[in-house]
Amino acid sequence: MNLAFRDVRHNLFRFLLTCLGLGLLMTVVLAMMGIYNGLVADALNIVKAPQADLWVVEADTQGPFAEASKIPNDTREAVARLHGVVETGSITYQTVEAPFEGATLRLYVIGYERGRLGGPHTITEGRGLQASHFELVADAKSGLFLGDTLVLGRNRFTVVGLVRDTMNSGGDPAIFITLADAQVLQTQLAPSAARVQAARGASAGAAGGATIAAVIARLDPSVDVQNVAHTVRQWKHLAALTQNEQEDILIQSVVDKARKQIGLFLGILLTVSAVVIALIIYTMTMEKLKQIATLKLIGAPDSVIIGLIVQQSVALGAVGLILGLGLILAVKDYFPRRVLLEPVNALALTGIILVVCVLASGLGVRAALKVDPATALGG
Amino acid sequence: MVQDKRSAIVEVRGVAKHYGEGEARVDALRSLDLTVHAGEVVALLGPSGSGKTTLLNIIGCIIDPSKGQVSLDGEMVYDNAWLRGDLRRLRLDKIGFIFQAHNLLPFLNAADNVALVLQLAGQSAAVAQARAQELLDYLEVGNRARAMPALLSGGEAQRVAIARALANSPRIILADEPTAALDSKRAGIVMDLLRKLAAEQDACIIAVTHDEKILDRFDHLFHLRDGRLEDKKEDAT
Ligand SMILES: Nc1ncnc2c1ncn2[C@@H]1O[C@H](COP(=O)(O)OP(=O)(O)OP(=O)(O)O)[C@@H](O)[C@H]1O
Ligand SMILES: [Mg+2]
Repeated sequence: MNLAFRDVRHNLFRFLLTCLGLGLLMTVVLAMMGIYNGLVADALNIVKAPQADLWVVEADTQGPFAEASKIPNDTREAVARLHGVVETGSITYQTVEAPFEGATLRLYVIGYERGRLGGPHTITEGRGLQASHFELVADAKSGLFLGDTLVLGRNRFTVVGLVRDTMNSGGDPAIFITLADAQVLQTQLAPSAARVQAARGASAGAAGGATIAAVIARLDPSVDVQNVAHTVRQWKHLAALTQNEQEDILIQSVVDKARKQIGLFLGILLTVSAVVIALIIYTMTMEKLKQIATLKLIGAPDSVIIGLIVQQSVALGAVGLILGLGLILAVKDYFPRRVLLEPVNALALTGIILVVCVLASGLGVRAALKVDPATALGG
Repeated sequence: MVQDKRSAIVEVRGVAKHYGEGEARVDALRSLDLTVHAGEVVALLGPSGSGKTTLLNIIGCIIDPSKGQVSLDGEMVYDNAWLRGDLRRLRLDKIGFIFQAHNLLPFLNAADNVALVLQLAGQSAAVAQARAQELLDYLEVGNRARAMPALLSGGEAQRVAIARALANSPRIILADEPTAALDSKRAGIVMDLLRKLAAEQDACIIAVTHDEKILDRFDHLFHLRDGRLEDKKEDAT
């Protein structure tokens, strides 16, 4: 007969309550892991969305995400003429605040040219941009629905499509509008001093016209990205980043602080969990010392006693973990930002909890093995 | 020493036990000799603090004497040092304990408390359950076999504990105030039962007791005082 199981069954309510407490702790740990993953994934999503191979940006910048980048409008044509370049697109990024239904929406506006690279990837509802003006495709997290209208700058836009999981590294949901609209918006929202200068005819950008943030390009698979990047870098005022470089920059410069922050917090959480588990198991054992002494007295081998403690602590960890997993899966969609859980996270946590449980029961086992069978006599 | 036809199961020779050292030293037992034979039911009597529990624990291989010799069932187990490493196995095979507080495991029902001892000794679950039921029936608590210890009356619990002590047919049964929790009628029944067991299983029973009413159920009464046996080794009438 399995003593661990019998004891748990005898104190089922208490055991489940303890598991629930542990489960809530696991939920927080998993949420933290999910938030971290979500942060990285979201940040990368915006870079990955255009499915580009090469990013052409302003010289000496790591734009357009980590630093501001401004290049002339006609850069795209120059890039398109390069050998091996299959597709190109001009793109702008800006963060705007727009009033909507009494509140202020903070949005990450992506401007692109219809039919070129840089548009929304998978439209989950509605359609892509068709008119050349005043339509937008929004991330569902923005709270906008199909048919909603939104004033940006001096124009009113209509939501024609929805996408998912597209936001900047700060968590602001993205909206897509045409490049032309985006550039108008840029001048409308520019600080008044700059607007005055523009009105006087002073050049706003290097080429005198509107600017874009970057040109993205997709290359023929047979062409070496580095070669093309090298060519671009020889041009004045321009820099080129490969897709991998762009992703690295984003993770390092934009996500890195948040990553360290969350990572540290996760470490603290795991330590707290470990201490709590150890404490629970130790107390559980201490409460059973008299029974353990009885077991010893009637001749139970140490393995039976160790089994009792270790099995219970592992069961505690396992049930707690399952509860935690269930709970986080149930609530993860209610988080304001994406909580992304990979099977490997659950596996890692399982491993950690298992180790913690076994180590923690070591403490209990030590106490149990030291117990004098005579204490069972109580005479 | 009187030659006895029956074999000696418990032999204690010159056993002394002290707790603590120096100022705090307590001499619980001072050079004590005791022999108990198969089939005998003996009582350890004496005032509180005279060393009864200490002696019982030494015979039960739970604590070691400070000096002396102990042999159980013809095997020397202590001669100024434990001669056997596997005292646990010895307790499982040869010794049954009946505690003052019954000490049943609270998370196992009556039958499982008994069956556990059998399974620890290597019996299959089915055999252990059958034998546990048999023992409980024999002790007239068979109808309570599925009850958890918390729901048993004091007398029922004590009889389940006795069944557990008997499960592996031990040759030595040690009982510390086995009837303390029982009324005199029940106490008499339990003592009769222990006598019957000793006779049937050729075992010996050593019981610590303060209970005057059951003294006539013992073959011998050993009086302890200040860690020594008093000379009068009276035979119960
Ligand atoms: N673990 C111990 N440490 C120190 N002293 C002890 C210990 N156990 C017993 N003693 C002392 O040894 C002496 C004998 O104790 P023991 O428990 O054998 O007495 P007893 O005859 O069983 O008494 P009672 O009838 O009250 O149960 C007592 O003076 C007691 O205080
Ligand atoms: Mg005592």
